[in-house]
Amino acid sequence: MQAFLTLVRRELAGHFLSMRGYVIMAGVQLLLGASLCITLEALNQKPFDMPLTEKMPNTGFFWLILLLVAPVITMRTFAHERASGTLETLLTTPVSDWAVVLAKFTGAWVFFLLTWLPALATPFILTRYASGMGDVDPGPLASLAIGITLLGGFLMAVGCFASSLTRSQIIAAMTSFAISTGMFLIGFIAVIRPPWMGDQSALFSHLSMLEHMGDFASGVVDTRHVVFYTSLTGLFLYFTHKVVSFRRWR
Amino acid sequence: MVSPTTPIIEVLGLTKEYGSRPAVRDISFTVEPGEIVGLLGPNGAGKSTTLRILAGYLAATQGIARVAGFDVLEQSIEVRRRVGYMPETVPLPDEMRVREYLKFRARLKGLSRAASRERTDTVISRFGLQEVAGRMIAHLSKGFRQRVGLADALVHEPALLILDEPTIGLDPHQIVAVREIIKTLAREHTVLISSHILPEIEVTCSRLLIFHHGRIVAADTRENLQRRLAAQSRITVELAAPEGDLKALWENLAEVSHYHVSTAQQGFRRSVLAVREGEAFRERVAALARDRGWPLRELSESRPTLEDIFVELTHPDSEVDERN
Repeated sequence: MQAFLTLVRRELAGHFLSMRGYVIMAGVQLLLGASLCITLEALNQKPFDMPLTEKMPNTGFFWLILLLVAPVITMRTFAHERASGTLETLLTTPVSDWAVVLAKFTGAWVFFLLTWLPALATPFILTRYASGMGDVDPGPLASLAIGITLLGGFLMAVGCFASSLTRSQIIAAMTSFAISTGMFLIGFIAVIRPPWMGDQSALFSHLSMLEHMGDFASGVVDTRHVVFYTSLTGLFLYFTHKVVSFRRWR
Repeated sequence: MVSPTTPIIEVLGLTKEYGSRPAVRDISFTVEPGEIVGLLGPNGAGKSTTLRILAGYLAATQGIARVAGFDVLEQSIEVRRRVGYMPETVPLPDEMRVREYLKFRARLKGLSRAASRERTDTVISRFGLQEVAGRMIAHLSKGFRQRVGLADALVHEPALLILDEPTIGLDPHQIVAVREIIKTLAREHTVLISSHILPEIEVTCSRLLIFHHGRIVAADTRENLQRRLAAQSRITVELAAPEGDLKALWENLAEVSHYHVSTAQQGFRRSVLAVREGEAFRERVAALARDRGWPLRELSESRPTLEDIFVELTHPDSEVDERN
């Protein structure tokens, strides 16, 4: 446990010891702000009957944060250590491979959640400056936070896995972007309904991140979605562990 | 588990293959506590692979390796607790400061907060890192990086130190300094060092394992290897004599194990003789030449150095299959 916490702290410190962490945070704030602006602009044009939280995940910027920022956060985890050789000194300390994988994942995940932290100010800004806005419903807000946390965990696990495969951070980022965007786009098959696929295309709606997030945003914490993302996170962490411990196969 | 009789390292029939290419083939050796053992061999002979297996980084394809009685594969964590390992490239995170890095490593290796602070201070002063303790690792010279690597390997007071090419890439002053450090370490730790340069190992190690093509081609103490060498010497003689007579003479001398006769200038013939330990062999040759009336113009002896044996054992063409 001591080693795990030491490693998580080191991972987090790594983000803040260089410009990278601050650049990522600034980028996320920019996209979040853009997302909010678009939503408010739409509200100004034509009032709609939908909670703001539900509208947010429909903007492209929201997904850009998840799909683009996640690979940037995780690309460094293993690839950088592999490239600089420090993976060898790390894996010859009395720390299990699982502790290393989980610590890197946790560090990335916590940093990911930190980048969303300033978004908490949004409800207060709205109630303070938008007249007749009424109260912001905390329920959907909380469930949206749960959704972002779960989806973030999954994307971090994908990123750690991609990073463990290579010594190039660029390749790691591109691999995890390809996997997560692929997962994101698969959901659209249910929308497009290609004729050759028939009714089976409806199956893909169950894989649609957009629909999952839509549920979370409207205040529904569906156990199926929770299980879906938790198990996918576990699966990718398992893959990551397999890759990291590959050197010790015989 | 560790009694005075338990060897600190036990390696039995260790083989490591990368794909189908064997890097280490069926090697066996033991190291007793307190020894400084040198792994010597050309680049790619399997030294680093052996060290990585012992440090718990790689798994062997076959065979057993134990450190302080713990199996390196099954009880890897226990092994790693007892090993301080410095890889050849001395990888360090550039963005950390020296003291911060050493403390981080101490915590990773399971030291308590107080103990890690204390041990960090100890290794910093031991390796003369005080002046750079607050500096970023990225800005350190190669010599200081090497010392930080050594300090890291030692921070948890391991029973066994594994150093892969500890002086590679250093300037002569730094090499001397690192050698001195290694010698002082030897008093408290068992040390395993690899090098492809003989003098490196010669001055620091009490026992040598010579690696070639993934095998151990010689394993002995420095003194024994030298004695083995001393038992062989090479005599060069230039005599003006018929070739047939010369050959007949060398054939009849029991001390001569090999000879080679070639033609020199002005009617002289040059003989190079490999001679087993013989008292006053040169005097005998001189007397024989005088008796036969053969003019003699050179008679010299050269003893092979460890370097010669190393070169001979690890010659690209030599497929020596001797295992000790």
